[in-house]
Amino acid sequence: MTVAWSSPPLPMPWYRARVEDAWLETRTARTVVLDVPGWPGHHAGQHVDVRLTADDGYTATRTYSVASAPEAGRLVLTVQLVTEGEVSPWLVGEAREGDELEVRGPIGGWFRWDEQMPEPVLLVAGGSGVVPLMAMVRHRSRVGAVQPFHLVYSARTPDHVIYTNELFALARTSPGLRVDRLYTRGGLPDDAREPGRLRPQDLPAVDAFPAPPVVYVCGPSGFVEAAGGILIDQGHDSGAIRTERFGPSS
Amino acid sequence: MDIVTRGFVGRRSGGDPRIPPGQYLERDFPVLSAGPTPVVRREDWTLRVEGVDGSSGILSWADLHRLPVEDVRTDIHCVTKWSKLDTSWRGVDVEAVLAAAGVGTQGATHVLVHAHGGYTTNLPLADLRGGRAWIATEYEGASLAPEHGGPARLLVPHLYFWKSAKWVSGLQLLAQDRPGFWEQLGYHEYGDPWREQRYVGD
Ligand SMILES: Cc1cc2nc3c(=O)[nH]c(=O)nc-3n(C[C@H](O)[C@H](O)[C@H](O)COP(=O)(O)OP(=O)(O)OC[C@H]3O[C@@H](n4cnc5c(N)ncnc54)[C@H](O)[C@@H]3O)c2cc1C
Repeated sequence: MTVAWSSPPLPMPWYRARVEDAWLETRTARTVVLDVPGWPGHHAGQHVDVRLTADDGYTATRTYSVASAPEAGRLVLTVQLVTEGEVSPWLVGEAREGDELEVRGPIGGWFRWDEQMPEPVLLVAGGSGVVPLMAMVRHRSRVGAVQPFHLVYSARTPDHVIYTNELFALARTSPGLRVDRLYTRGGLPDDAREPGRLRPQDLPAVDAFPAPPVVYVCGPSGFVEAAGGILIDQGHDSGAIRTERFGPSS
Repeated sequence: MDIVTRGFVGRRSGGDPRIPPGQYLERDFPVLSAGPTPVVRREDWTLRVEGVDGSSGILSWADLHRLPVEDVRTDIHCVTKWSKLDTSWRGVDVEAVLAAAGVGTQGATHVLVHAHGGYTTNLPLADLRGGRAWIATEYEGASLAPEHGGPARLLVPHLYFWKSAKWVSGLQLLAQDRPGFWEQLGYHEYGDPWREQRYVGD
């Protein structure tokens, strides 16, 4: 595939964003709803750059996936607290209605899904890596797409599951959507699975689908490494696996 | 823009002049890649150099290790905002690799770098020459780990790190620039961290 560059493209603008609402999803993860006049919308799975500006003009920028289904003028983020961090503590602990910041994007042309893609979809989330995958699940429900979706979501404990009620409801009301949760540290008393890190039997093999799925894996680097290895052993084609990694190489 | 984010102070990591604008200091080594880490064994690793005229030369792992190796101490900058200072690498100067492959560079202005797994990235040939780019096989005194591009990756530390293709498998010389994988997906065609060339149009 070749693409020719014609006239120099314009830089993506920064958009002024206003916090419209915010709530805790878990004890350390918070959803922040941003009102962004002029925002063109995005594709499910893409991310934005978020820039915070102190009163003396100092700025810090970090990248966050969009959690919401594509929509013009509005964005929802979900941020996991990194205790010693610079930007996430403000978003998780400080942001409140009316606060202003800037966003730029949408960014990421590879880790994205839209309803034109005919294949079944396997989503593999580790911790806050569920955020861009949730945008895909939400978008699928919103547009009434029928491709089979299977989300495997690994969290430390049930208390660490983000979007827990919404996922429960969606899995019951959206035909073709399956959600499996697994816990690394401690699960529910009646869980059949022993808590622990991702194991081969946690991920469906390629022939568990009516056709080979597109696979999206998102989470901490170690999780993505482990999942990628298992998926390939389960017969998934490496070219069908798209990855995104958050945070350090733990 | 006249924006102030109420209640935001920031960490201000001392303003080290080695950190480009919009970047922050990272001590860990985060990983960025579009797909799963490919398993490339040293015995299977090759680097194919292709000239504008279609001529080509192939270096094996052993061929690469017959070339002079250099120790490189450098700062690296990822487009996702982290910078890491004083990292140490061992590798072979790309200039020496081009010479060993026996492929002429006449007529070439750019290079499309290929990697196992299908990833590509483009950059001007000049940026691979003059002792500014290496085929790196060691990081911090140990063999390069697979998730960081082992057995061998390109190292072009003066550009954002996605240009330093992991699992490098080929250098295709071009008479005309052509966008690589991320460059077709909205990332900048050159990627100078000091000019914050992150995305198309920056
Ligand atoms: C494409 C992309 C999408 C992302 N999407 C999201 C998202 O949807 N939600 C989200 O919460 N984050 C997301 N991140 C991570 C986010 O960009 C920041 O890295 C994170 O919020 C930490 O920023 P900070 O300023 O609070 O900490 P920093 O000041 O950047 O980091 C402080 C220290 O904490 C360490 N650290 C950084 N991240 C983590 C972590 N996750 N766990 C433990 N230690 C860490 C670092 O090594 C660093 O040394 C995404 C990152 C990328 C690259």
